[in-house]
Amino acid sequence: MDQSKEKFAQLQELIDSLKNQPGALMPVLQGAQGIFGCVSEDVQKFIAEGLGVTLSEVYGVATFYAQFSLHPKGKYLISVCLGTACYVKGSQTILDKLSEVLEIPVGGTTPDGKFTLEATRCLGACGLAPVMMINGEVYGRLTPDVIPGIIEKYRAKED
Amino acid sequence: MDIYRAHVLVCGGTGCTSSGSATLIERFNEKIKENGLDKEVKVIRTGCFGLCEAGPVVIVYPEGTFYSRVKPENVDEIVTEHLLKGRKVEHLVYTDHATHEQNASKSLEDIGFYKHQMRVALRNCGVIDPENIDEYLAMDGYKALEKVLTKMTREEVIDEVLKSGLRGRGGGGFPTGLKWKFTYNSVADQKYVACNADEGDPGAFMDRSILEGDPHAIIEAMAIAGYAIGASEGYIYVRAEYPIAVKRLTIAAAQAREYGLLGKNIFGTDFCFDINIRLGAGAFVCGEETALMHSIEGKRGEPTTRPPFPAVRGLFGKPTMLNNVETYANIPQIILKGAAWFSSIGTEKSKGTKVFALGGKINNTGLVEVPMGTTLRTIIYDVGGGCPNGKKFKAVQTGGPSGGCLPESLLDTPVDYDNLIAAGSMMGSGGMIVMDEDNCMVDIARFYLDFIVDESCGKCTPCRVGTKRMLEILNRIVAGKGKEGDIEKLEELAKTIKATALCGLGQTAPNPVLSTLKFFRDEYEAHIKEKRCPAHHCKALLQYHITDKCRGCTACARVCPAQAISGEIKQMHVIDQDKCLKCGACMEKCRFGAIIKK
Repeated sequence: MDQSKEKFAQLQELIDSLKNQPGALMPVLQGAQGIFGCVSEDVQKFIAEGLGVTLSEVYGVATFYAQFSLHPKGKYLISVCLGTACYVKGSQTILDKLSEVLEIPVGGTTPDGKFTLEATRCLGACGLAPVMMINGEVYGRLTPDVIPGIIEKYRAKED
Repeated sequence: MDIYRAHVLVCGGTGCTSSGSATLIERFNEKIKENGLDKEVKVIRTGCFGLCEAGPVVIVYPEGTFYSRVKPENVDEIVTEHLLKGRKVEHLVYTDHATHEQNASKSLEDIGFYKHQMRVALRNCGVIDPENIDEYLAMDGYKALEKVLTKMTREEVIDEVLKSGLRGRGGGGFPTGLKWKFTYNSVADQKYVACNADEGDPGAFMDRSILEGDPHAIIEAMAIAGYAIGASEGYIYVRAEYPIAVKRLTIAAAQAREYGLLGKNIFGTDFCFDINIRLGAGAFVCGEETALMHSIEGKRGEPTTRPPFPAVRGLFGKPTMLNNVETYANIPQIILKGAAWFSSIGTEKSKGTKVFALGGKINNTGLVEVPMGTTLRTIIYDVGGGCPNGKKFKAVQTGGPSGGCLPESLLDTPVDYDNLIAAGSMMGSGGMIVMDEDNCMVDIARFYLDFIVDESCGKCTPCRVGTKRMLEILNRIVAGKGKEGDIEKLEELAKTIKATALCGLGQTAPNPVLSTLKFFRDEYEAHIKEKRCPAHHCKALLQYHITDKCRGCTACARVCPAQAISGEIKQMHVIDQDKCLKCGACMEKCRFGAIIKK
């Protein structure tokens, strides 16, 4: 519980620092997404009160942009690039393989909370296509057969 | 300033960073120190060199030796051989795909990839350290700003930009000078300058490379624009997915403030200007100007109808002048070298150069800048090195989800705004994706529609519902369930959406379908009438077969996840089509090339 108190204190600080600048809602939501890993209903209410806007406005913005998620994501976020350069080089087969190995649909999180699988827009590493990113680490020139090995590496990592 | 006898330039663009250039820099610094060369050799992390395919890229000056795909373990060799003993490490030197030549003794300009290029917007990318304002200043940085503030009137600045013929590089191609003039003419207590750095086209990374490689150029250009139109504040709206670009912009802005190049009374004049950096949050539609401004205001990034145009009523209700990153990157050069110089480059109606992100089935994936009017063939074959693995070129896609696919027969089209539109595509922001014989054009159209359906903001019905209907039809066609009349239905929907959607996203959304229908109609027909995918790409329409090249090694049968392959050892194997999942694992495994797709 203390941890969550600390996080809300952090959010309050952010709200206070941005409150007076025009268009503060986006940067505040971006901060909150970073602090909590998602913008749940509690967090949205807190922001609405802090900025003096309605909850519906906060919800409207939070659901409009892909960057904000309403539910927590897995410990390892796997983003497969579906930019055109990756797509023409077969990134759909990479995504399908991941979905098969992890037994979750695209956009899903494994029941143990370890992996979230996402399709993402161009990561800009087109020279390495097809590309995926796991928590910021980039894997390039992928083929479906290397996928199980990579996932195994993360599964083996103990908390 | 310290003088060094050699400089090691390591690419710090996103592509090379992804393949480990940061580790290289650490290792170089370590090894150089170890060998006592740290007073003689300097390591610099630059912006993108452009040739991402060869990354991570390292260039050693004064020789200009171009090392490609450098691994951390190669660093020791480069330091002890090249830097210490002055012997180039031949086996690491870049090999030209087209000529199979190494350039150990040649300069960069002789490499096919660079020979046809002309760098205006990218002039400092891969040359300077983007996190060091002194290096930008040494390349005539902020001299254009000084010139306009001390020697030119606001009207003269606008006139110069008008005369240069520069057109918006974000894709629309609207004359930049006119935009400046309109905003200048608006009367208000506050005006804004804004920069569209929400580069969302899949497969496009031109703007990102400029922001990462030369952030000061954008800040300088925005200040010049601010002076010209009478704005004291600027906003840069940049994708949150570009962390390196955001970081370097932030550093650049802080350095500019420290040097008095942003802030109050710049160059001792009464001109005051500063910028704010705002991050996008993953919405493609925010590249549309009205949507972008709503997003900066902290609202849902939905477009609104124009007029009023931003020049009259934009950000926070004030007149706003919005330009794209690459457009801005040209401004300081136009001011310093003059409109006449700029307009001498390019074609009659499209002046200057254009940056393209070359990607897909092409040897030299990367970033290129060529004069307007260069043909597609030159870009794809001479600069890009053609399709890899001896595959046959099929199409080039320009303009992202708003553009189209052009076939081989149009490769001699000189690239400019008007020619590309006449050919059935558009310039767009500059993504250029090459496709070969293995790519199914129906599936490519489906891919773009899928993207649009995902990114449509939902405000207007033609885009929200219409593109969804088009996608459903395309999904049906690639699944082998296409019906007579589907093509006509697609065309009718496309026409209606183009005519009635609210913003540019919707109005151009049908273009990938229309252009593929125009040039690759036979592929659509093969899918619908013959239930056949000519590129052997669509899973539902293909079958794997084992030919008589089979030696009966059983490798395929062992790897098949569905136990669909049977056969005795040393006998030809057979695939049971009912059981086959079409995963292709057998084809990958076969060492004799005995498995084919039909």
